[in-house]
Amino acid sequence: MAITITIPTALRQYAGNNATVALEADTVGALLHGLIEQYPTLGKHIFDSGKLRSFVNVYVGDEDIRYLQGEATPLKDGETVSIIPAIAGGR
Amino acid sequence: MAPPDLSNEEIRRYSRHLIMPEVGMGGQRRLKQGSVLLIGTGGLGSPLALYLAAAGVGHIGLVDFDVVDESNLQRQIVHGTSTVGLAKTESARRRLHDLNPLVEVTTYETPITSANALDLMRPYDIIIDGTDNFPTRYLTNDAAVMLGKPNVYGSIFRFEGQVTVFSPKDGGPCYRCLYPEPPPPGLVPSCAEGGVLGVLPGVIGTLQATEAIKLLTGIGEPLIGRLLLYDALEMRFRELKLRRNVNCPVCGDHPTVTELIDYEQFCGIVPEVQTLSSQYEITPVELAALLETPERPFLLDVRNSYEVEIASIEGTDLLIPVDQLAEQINKLDSSVEIVVYCRSGARSGQAVEMLKAAGFRKVKNMVGGVLRWSDEVDPTMAKY
Repeated sequence: MAITITIPTALRQYAGNNATVALEADTVGALLHGLIEQYPTLGKHIFDSGKLRSFVNVYVGDEDIRYLQGEATPLKDGETVSIIPAIAGGR
Repeated sequence: MAPPDLSNEEIRRYSRHLIMPEVGMGGQRRLKQGSVLLIGTGGLGSPLALYLAAAGVGHIGLVDFDVVDESNLQRQIVHGTSTVGLAKTESARRRLHDLNPLVEVTTYETPITSANALDLMRPYDIIIDGTDNFPTRYLTNDAAVMLGKPNVYGSIFRFEGQVTVFSPKDGGPCYRCLYPEPPPPGLVPSCAEGGVLGVLPGVIGTLQATEAIKLLTGIGEPLIGRLLLYDALEMRFRELKLRRNVNCPVCGDHPTVTELIDYEQFCGIVPEVQTLSSQYEITPVELAALLETPERPFLLDVRNSYEVEIASIEGTDLLIPVDQLAEQINKLDSSVEIVVYCRSGARSGQAVEMLKAAGFRKVKNMVGGVLRWSDEVDPTMAKY
């Protein structure tokens, strides 16, 4: 099942400068682990000792996985998963 | 209190609003009665201040402690070449007065802190977050929630922006519902380190201004409970759902944070002297002298290659961007004296910490980076 992951500007440098990456996975957790297997330096920016970092939000479609089933959220073919980290710039 | 009447002068000025039934006399009078506090008069604050003043928002407060610098003018359009060196609040006040002398502008030339935030915000209807760092964003959020005021949020990075309206009193979430905790310092680069497309804060700031005007006039569908994302390179807008977290420590059903805290500490920021002792630091002047001697140190640049094209210290031995340092650490010899530099000293400070953790002992951060080198050693070096 091909899932599209959108990579935010701040993290693209750790994901081969890609804006999107397509991977196959059944759950959000499997998808993210597949992603960092492919791009290991991305790992520390998304996970901290195995847990999703609290300033990195993950959405399936337009819904936050915190209000779905977290990393166990099942994925359907063709869905888009977005990684949205906190950014603070304003100047 | 009924909104104030408009003078004939105001009717002439705002006629393009008045002829739209959605705004009309009623909406324009509500704008005149309304007040907005802008935290930050920079990239986001510039278009915000200009459009809110032009629209006739009766009272605009500006909070900023910074001074206009040439490098601001690529995007901070409320300022100008003639006000370089002036306080940003004063520079903006002059421009806004020229644009619309009928609105009242109050300036606060001070950083917003836990001690003054509530007092600064209290007189205003709407708070607008146009700051550039995590501690101030959490402070602005918490204070606005405590006062029950909407916080029109915008943030930017390089080519990307986020906009939403945080308003728990209307059932929406707050910033802490979106991001419960800030990133540790150093993991997320600021605009000063990461750069920003000049027009980007123009887009995001005008979206924030639109939301503020809708809130004041009471028209349309406010951006509450929705996070609008903008990607300038892809030229794409997306919208995500935001929900209020019932367990949120600030706006949840049983708040645990009921007064303002130390936000620097909350964001893990500790005074620099504690993280980096002076044995691991060197000033540009000291380095320049050392480079003339036979015992010259190995000079490591941890910036990105496109920055080297702008300015570089002569005699640099090696370039390894800081995010590749871990992978390329084997290119360095821990037995020789190493001096690390970057643009401002922030990334090289991280690099020194990383090298220390990897067992390097003869490693120093050139404090102040290329910017200070230009000030103190070589004024011909370009600052960026």
